[in-house]
This record gives sequence, structure tokens and C-alpha cells, in this order.
Amino acid sequence: MTTASIPVLTKKDFQTDQEVRWCPGCGDYAILSAVQSVFPELGIPREKFVVISGIGCSSRFPYYMNTFGFHTIHGRAPAVATGVKITHPELEVWVATGDGDSLAIGGNHTIHMLRRNVGIKVLMFNNKIYGLTKGQYSPTSEFGKKTKSTPFGTADRPFNPLGLVIGADTSFVARSVDVFQGHLKDTLKKAAAHRGSAYVEILQNCNIFNDGAWFDLTEKEARSEHVVQLEHGKPLIYGKNRDKGIRLNGMELEVVHLGNGNGLTEKDILVHDEHHPNPAYAYLLAQMEDKPGFPTPIGVLRSWDRDRYEDVMSKQIQDVIAKRGPGDLSKLLGAGDTWEVR
Amino acid sequence: MATITDPVVRAHKREVIEKAVLRFCGDSGDGMQITGSQFTNTVALYGNDLATFPDYPAEIRAPAGTLPGVSGFQIQFSSADVFTPGDSVDVLVAMNPAALRTNVKDLKRNGILIVNSDAFTDGDLRKADLTTNPLEDSSLDGYRLFPVGLERLTRTALQDLGLDAKSMDRCKNFFALGMCYWLYNRSMDLTYKWIEDKFKTKPLLVEANKLAMRAGYNYCEATEAFQVSYEIPPAKLVPGTYRNLSGNQALAIGFVAASQKAGLPLFLGSYPITPASDILHELSMYKNFGVMTFQAEDEIAAITSAIGAAYSGALALTTTSGPGMALKTEAMGLAVATELPLVICDIQRGGPSTGLPTKTEQADLLQAMFGRNSEAPIPVLAPSTPGDCFWVAVEACRIALKYMVPVIILSDGYLANGAEPWRIPKVDEVPGIKVKFATDPIGFHPYSRDPQTLARPWAIPGTKGLEHRIGGIEKQDVTGNINYEPLNHEKMVRLRAAKVEAVAQDIPDLVPAGDPDGDLLIVAWGSTYGAITAGMKTMRAKGHRIGHVHLRHLNPLARNLGEILGRYRHVLVPEMNLGQLLMLLRAKFLVDAQGYNKIQGQPFKQSEIEAKIEEILG
Repeated sequence: MTTASIPVLTKKDFQTDQEVRWCPGCGDYAILSAVQSVFPELGIPREKFVVISGIGCSSRFPYYMNTFGFHTIHGRAPAVATGVKITHPELEVWVATGDGDSLAIGGNHTIHMLRRNVGIKVLMFNNKIYGLTKGQYSPTSEFGKKTKSTPFGTADRPFNPLGLVIGADTSFVARSVDVFQGHLKDTLKKAAAHRGSAYVEILQNCNIFNDGAWFDLTEKEARSEHVVQLEHGKPLIYGKNRDKGIRLNGMELEVVHLGNGNGLTEKDILVHDEHHPNPAYAYLLAQMEDKPGFPTPIGVLRSWDRDRYEDVMSKQIQDVIAKRGPGDLSKLLGAGDTWEVR
Repeated sequence: MATITDPVVRAHKREVIEKAVLRFCGDSGDGMQITGSQFTNTVALYGNDLATFPDYPAEIRAPAGTLPGVSGFQIQFSSADVFTPGDSVDVLVAMNPAALRTNVKDLKRNGILIVNSDAFTDGDLRKADLTTNPLEDSSLDGYRLFPVGLERLTRTALQDLGLDAKSMDRCKNFFALGMCYWLYNRSMDLTYKWIEDKFKTKPLLVEANKLAMRAGYNYCEATEAFQVSYEIPPAKLVPGTYRNLSGNQALAIGFVAASQKAGLPLFLGSYPITPASDILHELSMYKNFGVMTFQAEDEIAAITSAIGAAYSGALALTTTSGPGMALKTEAMGLAVATELPLVICDIQRGGPSTGLPTKTEQADLLQAMFGRNSEAPIPVLAPSTPGDCFWVAVEACRIALKYMVPVIILSDGYLANGAEPWRIPKVDEVPGIKVKFATDPIGFHPYSRDPQTLARPWAIPGTKGLEHRIGGIEKQDVTGNINYEPLNHEKMVRLRAAKVEAVAQDIPDLVPAGDPDGDLLIVAWGSTYGAITAGMKTMRAKGHRIGHVHLRHLNPLARNLGEILGRYRHVLVPEMNLGQLLMLLRAKFLVDAQGYNKIQGQPFKQSEIEAKIEEILG
């Protein structure tokens, strides 16, 4: 297919005339802007995009994207999207979801869609709180968090979202941050280029019910000390003075200092391999955010190729047609043992 | 291929009769369903009319020989019309004491009782909670008892094959089948063919099963166990080519036919559940028709994936039973709100909750009508016989695509597994289904409407210039934009209801079977058709004026139903529930109808319908 016939699209082509109804200052605006900037750059006609969502603040997303859009019911977007993608593998199907929609009520559909490797891109806005229902804790809220529904603190431990999806053998796993526009756009493009399922966790600030949930990572002062950027083939080095790194020690990761006389150099630091065949590697990276003293990795944790569900299904259909010939309704109706009545 | 021919010596008496009811019963591991299906196919091919009733436990293998593990298969076949599998049984084949104990009450007085006498050890009797051996205690005196050592005789027949005892014993059902073929003078060729096909990779088992069946046949021939054998001539069915078809098979090929007629790919999202799973199995074989079957992670994903497929322009389908319907509830509301074509099959079973997974019931009607939040009307259809399932599948797809609505089909376990001879239609007899996707961006609005059907346009992703958003939130009429205004909401609620009501313009006027007016009108739906038809026939012959309307369209109802209700002195509504259609009829027509309700997991018997009519009309 050539791209010559595709008109040049701009960000404006992906904006709708609908009034955006998120709270002023919400991190969702930045994500919307990034997606609207990236889509025109993908060289895909606008009518090929389908944005599907469930319920929650993030799930209003389709109304603001001038593409085909489907605002479904709570948690079920991956299943609706699967039906779209199976019947039309040529469509670009994106799911906008949140930590509640994807990991609580929609947890089952999320892991099964990812297990099947349906070629759907999931953007999971993680603000660690329920916004649309006004402030209850979510499956990613930190242990002990006091919220409207847990005045004495939560009693349950949160999911590590990326650890969970790595466990489902997701073929593309990444993390970015609402306010890191450049990084976010770059991550979205990588997700778009991936053929199979892509799960992108976007750390997002809810300034009304959980303001500052990610300030540790996003505040200018803290940013370089608390974030390590993953780049394929490059060492995991971070810090304002690039003086810290992640080293693999047996089955554990450890934070080490460089150039302070301990003899450690860049050569001792773990080099990121997003295609690492062992998912345990990506899982170690996913766990870093929960470990005291560790920076949070952003970027692509894992990316590998495997067959897409819809391609296997199409191939089965083609193979059976090649073997048996296209279906003949008359033969189907009269199949099996028959007899004549005169 | 081995060549085995039927013995030719026939010294016994042969009697021509009109009909017979035969039941095989045994442990759920004894192969009773296979035995019954084989017998059914053979009599079908011979040209008898027939109806079957497979009745099996939910447990795959309850402890062998126990009462809960009993599985049965009943068939009525005849040279005249058959409407039911029969109230009572002429020939009962019982493979063990538990099967005998649970089934013998249905055997007619002086009926033929073939019993596997090898399964009556003290241990076997204990498993069936029997303290004395019924073969010896004269409790079976009212029947023509034939104790046959099925295991010993089968082992003797197979002794040269070198099979182990267990494998030999597994062939004993074919010994019993061979006996029944002798009893009704049927050829074993079709079953030979089936055995060859079924065990084609295991030649030894082909030989064993064929030998066992032939041994059963020869046993009757040689021992003259039965002094008489029976012949039931072919039935005078409407001319045509026939096949034997179960309700679930009929639904499956009906959906394929509808997809071909509409020119749309068929997508099934489904999660396995008894008694609906066979539709999934069946459709998964038709990949050469482009059928996409998606075994989802749960009932909710099954329907929501189908909604996604419908949104993308496929003929979308989901299949389930009552508990799965409950889980799909919210998604059905989404299909109503987004006005997408979707067919939902509920193969009803006994409930509530898990209930009786393998037994039949009609108690999901009100769930289908109203089981969603808010005002969410959906057209509801019900097939009346296994073969009718085909036509109802096509009709449901037609309505869904024409009116852009979800449609519910209420079948049940009795129709799903029961089978009947089905006249194979020509492709032209299946109605065409017109489908038009929106393509023109000029003046396009996602919620504009066809004035006659009130259907909105079907604008599928990938169509240039038609990018738009839909969803479960209330939307503005015409534009489809999110809208919370009070008057708009009321308008949309009324529009969605009017759209479903509009379906009635396609429903032909009802014409009562039997008398067009008179003493009693029977109004019913679904699988009660056979028993009512048979019962009404008997009672009309006694001089009562009785009519019967069997509702295929339950929502909306045919427009002349109210008028028909007024033509009779009494209205009777027999249902396998506590009176759900009755409630709808009373509410809608203020009619003093009375219910007749059976909730036993078993279909109505003809005699029960007759007794009820007798009770009303005296």
C-alpha cells in the first residue's frame, strides 16, 4: 500500500466540536493533546481510527477525538474493541481507560485481551483514585490510603499495573507521564508501530481528588532523581549529574552510585533490552516503582513480536476455505443423512 | 471396510403398527445419548415422523450406577404426525438398577422391558438404594420383562478381538441397539457407517462396536426372545428432502443462512454454558462461510465483543442460557442505547441461579422482556419446534438488521437437544435480508431515522467522512451528541419503544389452529407447541371447540391477538413457569386468562394438556 493518496492531516483534524468536560487542570488534557498530535503523524487515514472506552473520566476520551468512537460500559472496552478488531483487522483500534476501568471492573477483559495479543492499543490513565464517582480509592491506590470510602485507610495492597500485564504476556508494555509531552508522544508512536497488543500506563494527575499523586516524579526538582528513562541498548543511568545507575545483582536490581570512588563505571550498569526474551527482566523493572530508594522507570519495558489473535483467526478461515472451498448454503442446509418424501 | 450383512432368516411374526415410544436409559457413562441418536437417525432416514427427548444429568460422570447418574433418551416415531416424544413408553431399555428404578414408572402396562441382567449384583442394587432384586421380587410383573446378560453376551461376541474387558463392556450399548433394530425391523447400515467414521483411527473399535450391534441383532433372531417384531411404515410428510435436526443445530445453520442472505460475515461471541454450547461448537465448524467464533473470557465479553462486531458491520450474535443472560444484562442495555443490530440467544434451563442446567424451563420470558435497567425494550422471539429454530434464527436477524435493534431468541433445553425431521428448504425459500451501510457524508447524522422503521443509519468504522461517536450516555435525537435535557430524554425513550413496536408491522396476523372461535383458546409459546397440538387434537375430536395460537413474536405481539382473545369463552395459557406470558396478556389485554403451569424441568405431556382442557370444559 502506498501512502501517496493519504491527505496530510493535522492535530486540528482530530479535534471535535464537543465541549471538553474534564476539570480545569486535569492531566487528561495533556494526554488528549499528545494523542491528537501523534495520530496525524502516523500516516493513517482518519476514518481508520476507532477510539473505544469504558466508564470513568478517561473514558470520555472518544467524544473529543474526531475519529470513529465508542463510549461503552464500565470495564468492557477491551472486549468491545476485540470484536471490532477481529472483524476488521485493518482498523487502528485504541482503548482509553483508567485504573478503575481497566484494573478493577475490567480486569478480566484486560488480561485476556492482552493474553490473546489482539492488536489493540490501550492507554491506561493511572491517577490512583476514582474521579468520576468522586474520590474512592482504586486498585492502584497506595496501601493505607484514606479516601471517601476508606476513612481509616485502605486495607488492600495495590496492583502494580505493569507487573500485572507482563504476567499476562503482553507483547508491548510501556509507561509515560501526562506532563512529559515529548516522552509521551514518543511512547505513543512506539505503541502505534507495534502490531500486537500494547499497554501504555500513563501517570496522570487528578488535581481534584488526588492532587500530587505523581509529584515525586513530575516536580522539576525531583524529576531527575526519581525517574529513569528506559532506552533500548542504553544503560539505566539517572540522576541530575547522571551519577546513579541500576545494576543487576543475581535476581535483584540495585541502585549504585557512579564515580564516587567505588570503582563502578557505566560498564557495570544494566543495559536496557526491551526485547529481552525472559519476561522476568521486564517484571523486575516494573517492580522498581514500589521499591524504596529506586527511581520509577518510564519508556518501553517490553516489546516483542508474536502472532496476533485476529491474524490467526483470519488465517484459519482462509485455510479452511482453501481446503474445502467457500461455503455453499445449499449444501449446508442439506448436509448429513437425508431422505426423500414424495 | 468390513462387510457385514443383516441376517435373512425371519421366522417370527411381524406386526405393522402406527407408532412406538422407545427409551434407552443407563448410567451417564453408558452411551445412552449416542445409542438414542443412532436409533433416531435410522428411523428418520427410513421416513418416520419423530420427536426425541434426551434427558441427562448435569454431572458428566456422577458415581457409576447411582440414581443421580442416570441418563435417558426417548424417541417417539410414527407413520403419522408426531408432536411429542410421547407420554409413556412402549419399550424401555435399562442398563442398570438405577436406570430401571428411575424410569420404569413411565413404561406402559405390559410394555417391553429389556434389562441388562449383568448389572444386578448386590453392589449394583445398593447403589440404586434397592434392598431386593427387582428382577426376582415380582415388582416387574406388569411388564414383559426380558433380562439379557448384555455384558456377558457382548464379551462372548468380542472374545476373539483381544480387547480388554473394559473396552468390551463399553460396546454393550450397541448390543442393546442391535436388539432394538431387530425389534423394529430396521437396517443397521447407517449405524455401521457412523461407527466406521467415528472410530476411523481405531479399526479395532470399529470391528468391536459393529460386532456387538450385530450380536444384539442376531441374539433376537436366534433366541426368538421376542415372539413378534414391529414395523412402522414411513410417515406421509410434506414432500421434499428431509434431514434430522436438533434445535441448536437448526439455530446454527439458520444464522449462517441469514449471514449469507444478508451478505454479512457472521460473528459469534460466546462463553460455554449448558444447554447453549452446541451452537458455539456447530458454528465453529463453518469457517469456510467466513464465520468468526470467539470463545470469550466470560458472558459479558461474549456479548460486548459481539456489540463491537455489530458496530463494525458484522452480523453479530451471542448465545447463552439464563445465568449468562443475567450477566449480559448491562450490555444489552448498551445495544439498545447504541441501536446496533445484535441477536441474543437464550437457551432456557431450570433456575434460579445454576438451577437445573440440563433440564428445560420457560421462565426467562420476563427477564427477556424487562430484565434491564430503565426502559430498554427488545424484540423477543421464540421457536416452537427444533426445526422452527432455523426459521426463527433467520427472522431474528432480519428484524435486528432492518430495525437496528438487539433481538432476543428464547429457545429452551427441550428444543435445543430434541430433534425432528426437517424439510430442507431451497436456498430461495429463505427470505432475503436487505442491508445498507451509510456511505454519504453529506447530511449524515448518526441518530437520524428511517421514517418507516425508525432505524438509525449503520455507519461502520473505516467509512470516509462518517467519523462519529456513539455510546451508552443519553444522546440528542438526530445528532447523537451527549445530551441530558429532560425533554430530549423522554423523546429518546419513546423513540426506542416506538421502534420496537414498529416491528409489529411485519408480523403476519395470527390464525388460530383448530377452531376459529368457541369454547377455549390456548395461547402459548416455545416448546410447549407439540404437547398442546397433540392434546388439542384429541379434545377437539371429542367435540370441544378449541383454538390454539402459538406466539412466535412475543415482543411486540401480533396486532390481531387482542381481537382473537375475545372470540372464545375461556383462555388458557400453559407454560413451564409460574405464569409469565399469562401476566403479560392479562396486563396488556385485561383478559381473564388462566394459567396452567408446570415447573419440573420436564416438558408438558399430551395427557396433562388433555386433562387440563377436560377440567375447564368439563
